[in-house]
Amino acid sequence: MTDATTTRIPGDLTAGGTKKRVRVNGSVIVMGLYLLFLMLPIYWLLNMSLKTNTEIVNSFTLWPRSFTLDNYRTILTDPSWYMGYVNSLIYVVMNTVISLAVALPAAYAFSRYHFMGDKHLFFWLLTNRMAPPAVFALPFFQLYSSVGLFDTHIAVALAHCLFNVPLAVWILEGFMRGVPKEIDETAYLDGYSFGRFFTRIFMPLISSGIGVAAFFCFMFSWVELLLSRTLTTVDAKPIAAIMTRTQGASGIDWGVLAAAGILTIVPGALVIYFVRNYIAKGFALGRV
Amino acid sequence: MDKTVNQKAWFLVLPVLILVAFSAVIPLMTVVNYSVQDTFGNNEFFWTGLEWFEEMLNDDRMWGALGRQLMFSGIILLIQIPLGVFVALNMPKKGFWASFCLVFMSLPLLIPWNVVGTIWQVFGRVDIGLLGHTLAALGIDYNYTNDPFDAWVTIIVMDVWHWTSLVALLAYAGLQSIPDAYYQAAKIDQASRWKVFRFIELPKMMGVLMIAILLRFMDSFMIYTEPFVVTGGGPGSTTTLLSIDLVKMALGQFDLGPAAAFSLMYFLVILLISWVFYTVMINLDKREG
Repeated sequence: MTDATTTRIPGDLTAGGTKKRVRVNGSVIVMGLYLLFLMLPIYWLLNMSLKTNTEIVNSFTLWPRSFTLDNYRTILTDPSWYMGYVNSLIYVVMNTVISLAVALPAAYAFSRYHFMGDKHLFFWLLTNRMAPPAVFALPFFQLYSSVGLFDTHIAVALAHCLFNVPLAVWILEGFMRGVPKEIDETAYLDGYSFGRFFTRIFMPLISSGIGVAAFFCFMFSWVELLLSRTLTTVDAKPIAAIMTRTQGASGIDWGVLAAAGILTIVPGALVIYFVRNYIAKGFALGRV
Repeated sequence: MDKTVNQKAWFLVLPVLILVAFSAVIPLMTVVNYSVQDTFGNNEFFWTGLEWFEEMLNDDRMWGALGRQLMFSGIILLIQIPLGVFVALNMPKKGFWASFCLVFMSLPLLIPWNVVGTIWQVFGRVDIGLLGHTLAALGIDYNYTNDPFDAWVTIIVMDVWHWTSLVALLAYAGLQSIPDAYYQAAKIDQASRWKVFRFIELPKMMGVLMIAILLRFMDSFMIYTEPFVVTGGGPGSTTTLLSIDLVKMALGQFDLGPAAAFSLMYFLVILLISWVFYTVMINLDKREG
């Protein structure tokens, strides 16, 4: 049908071409302004991280006049600083693995079968995504203290499952709905067991969905602070919480604060770069 | 897709149930427990019934926070949804520039929330921030630590900066799924740009837009870290949103009973509003499928 329409109205298409060029220019301006709005605050932080504190406080400069990497050196040579990044990455990766491992079978069940209370269960799972972390901060603190998991990576990873598991189930269910059921049935007829079918055939089919779900789990676990700060003191303290200590007796160490901020953006930027081709479909949670 | 009835599917859901029971039901029961008891310390509790709920319902502090929260979420949705759709309509459709825009637009989404707060706290400062300094140079009296209006503008602009891309990316995904034939048909009918948007693009985006509205509502309603870092709930309590107030009460003053009652009502409000969005979304899904 597409071909027929294209061949029938060639004149119209060229007319549209000139019109399109005008619209593209407008779009370029809109996108340029929007990206400028997004990048300016980040640029300002980067700018600050490359200045000395004297320059930051005493003069207002649009780019670093006395260029320095000292702020980064402070962070990358001090274990109490850079271990924060390691801690954050450990619990984020643990959380992503746990969330996906439990969400995959559940999402399969929701996408393929009717069972007693399935709709209620699905909504109940989603309600956990709606639970404000502020409500859970104190009970979590008591729960994990009482089972001896306080200040461990696994405690933060499990706590973040509260909002990441429902999200992972939701995303994966969307992607799995797109896989025709005949594939399952054929595989079972061919004598595949459920486990082998799931890992050998089904998971490769929804690999982009798994990637997107992992991306979202990574994202929400990486950016969360309230729970991870409440559940840790020393050993598993995330970088975001360590940043608060730049407020010393002699005022705020702006340069180091900015450098630490810039370094927290790096892992996210790397992850985005790798999944850039899936982002658009992924953000729709597989529902387009 | 028609699904088969299979009660054994419960076994597949079991791991999720156990995990969520551990990380959601137990803590929630703790909250319920606190909300109906009082203590004089030493782990001695006694039953108070619904006293805390009554106290909180008669407390101006909670109503104030709820009012500010509803205003915040309302403004956020009113700005971000149209702006996100507008940005999505202007994004390049494919090629290098599409990837370029996607990568840079996603960047704010992956910045830890307190860093987002820090960025804007610094950016808005009159002495060392680009925004504050520029506004001061233009002769605009801007000070987000003293002026409630400026504080509100700052946290709203911050949230728009932080989350509009999410709406835009969702809307973009919706737009990408529209076949070219639709646009060609519209061209033959000589439909105006507005009509193309109203009758082709908007209906196709409805499903993902509902997800966007649901996610944005939930997250803006539970927002804590970003405004806390920027304004600390001040000046006075003019930017004290529900979560900020709750954390102050529970972890700061350790008023367990009232805080627990507050928590439950807070959770109920979110649930109620989200349920409405969710039902609408499911019905839209059904109509399409």
